[in-house]
Amino acid sequence: MLCVKPYNMLCKVFVIPFYEMWDLPDIFVQTLWEGLVGGTLYSLIALGFVLIFKASGVFNFAQGIMVVFSALTLVGLHAIGVPAYVALALAALIMLVLAFAVERVVLRPLVNQPDIILFMATFGLTYFLIGFGELIFGGDPKVMITRELNIPTGRISFDFAGGRVEMQKLDITATVVAGLMVAVLAVFFSKTRIGRALRAVADSHKAALSVGISLNQIWIIVWFAAGLVALVTGIMWGARSEVSFALEIIALKALPVLILGGFTSIPGAIVGGLIIGIGEKVGEIYWGPIIGGGIESWLAYMIALIFLLFRPQGLFGEKIIERV
Amino acid sequence: MRAPDETVIKAGQTLLSVENVSLSFGGVKAIRNVSFDIKKGEIRAIIGPNGAGKTSMLNVINGFYHPQEGEITFKGVKRKKMRPHDAATGGIARTFQNVALFKSMTTLDNIMAGRTLKMNKNFFWQLLRYGPAEQEEIQHRRKVEEIIDFLEIQHIRRVPVGRLPYGLQKRVELGRALAMEPELLLLDEPMAGMNLEEKEDMCRYVIDVNNHYGTTIALIEHDMGVVMDLANRVVVLDYGQKIADGTPDEVKADKAVIDAYLGVAH
Repeated sequence: MLCVKPYNMLCKVFVIPFYEMWDLPDIFVQTLWEGLVGGTLYSLIALGFVLIFKASGVFNFAQGIMVVFSALTLVGLHAIGVPAYVALALAALIMLVLAFAVERVVLRPLVNQPDIILFMATFGLTYFLIGFGELIFGGDPKVMITRELNIPTGRISFDFAGGRVEMQKLDITATVVAGLMVAVLAVFFSKTRIGRALRAVADSHKAALSVGISLNQIWIIVWFAAGLVALVTGIMWGARSEVSFALEIIALKALPVLILGGFTSIPGAIVGGLIIGIGEKVGEIYWGPIIGGGIESWLAYMIALIFLLFRPQGLFGEKIIERV
Repeated sequence: MRAPDETVIKAGQTLLSVENVSLSFGGVKAIRNVSFDIKKGEIRAIIGPNGAGKTSMLNVINGFYHPQEGEITFKGVKRKKMRPHDAATGGIARTFQNVALFKSMTTLDNIMAGRTLKMNKNFFWQLLRYGPAEQEEIQHRRKVEEIIDFLEIQHIRRVPVGRLPYGLQKRVELGRALAMEPELLLLDEPMAGMNLEEKEDMCRYVIDVNNHYGTTIALIEHDMGVVMDLANRVVVLDYGQKIADGTPDEVKADKAVIDAYLGVAH
């Protein structure tokens, strides 16, 4: 319509999508909402990574499988007749046991080893959890016990600019829960003794030891916190699709989020997640058709790469200044 | 936190003693059969040429290194080795030769971190940061402000310490150690790399800490003028061995010490 021959492509990229957004605002709002929900869940996963990275400098590859494992534990316990909320508490308890085990078996023997060694160890942990999980729960996808946990389902819809916007109640819940979790963690990290100890350990092991901070205790706390975040993520993701080992892949989605947000920043994980989630959805709907769709799977990495060109330390990452 | 078999040590009694301690890294013998003691309330200097084993000795005392032989007696409790956590809970604080601070945290947070062991409200109160945890935070903050006043670092309270000049970082590190209200304070070259004025300030703080809080201090220092002025007693190490032990005047006159410093073929 607006596009004339020599400028056809430029017009399709720079004009048409914005015209469409303006022309059908209800669809645009719907897209933004879906992007926001996807983004919230990415944020949650990234949060698990950030927690552990901050306190121990370890990139925990196992975060994805921890999501699956905690969700499977919850569903599995319920399947053998444990009431839903008791199963939830037990699943949390099992994440605590896992934190103790990881500290004792993986981290403690590897203290003072280079980061890459610890990174590899988390690979080992991943494969252990996959095998162990399949052994106990079997490999079939499970259904999340959404109703038993009283998570609201169904949808609300409202008229907007001549169209209808629909929102899943589940998605609204997920957004609220993620928001709460982030707020609690942010306060915990910045305002309390243990939060301060966590940051201290991240800065210098030696100095932390000298003031009597116990590294072992700190590691258990962060792995437990990451485990709880994994459990919440597992419930929310599981409720949207199903609980299966395929969910583990979402861990890879956290990478562009972390690159965007910076590996050490909790607000960064949140904002990064939202940018990736919304960018992905908007890109898919408005720019996808130009090259035949299907760009959602790699767009996130593109966004992160372009971002790296301008801010190598990420959105909120600590600026690296080295005195020479 | 006081272990049941610990005794209260009065001024002038032995607070800490190391007996026949030897420490080696593979074939390198860092400390060979060294014994000395630190009395409650004194300023004890450990001196010696580079590589004499002074820092290793501090690391043994605060549990970073575990000696292969010998024993450490602290407040009447005999141990084969210290652990950093036990040392800290027992009241041993320290500073490091190359400043070890939490660089991305503010001065205030660094010193608050020194209060970790004094704060004991549990995890769940901490998580909520409500009620007891909040009161505790306020109460400890008061103590920390007192230390900040004492060290005259009010103006850098909110500055991340990584941005501070070296002299001030050293002072913040001292503040963090003081926040532990230690019985024994280990200072590893507190005046290294400082100019004259900064050195004089630091000396004043060390003396004040000793007088005002009655803290026992063990310090490593290369500036002989400083050592002779500050210390009540001096132990001299060379090549991992103790070559002299006594008052500054005795040590200054010791033949072995003069040889070690002026360089005589070993």
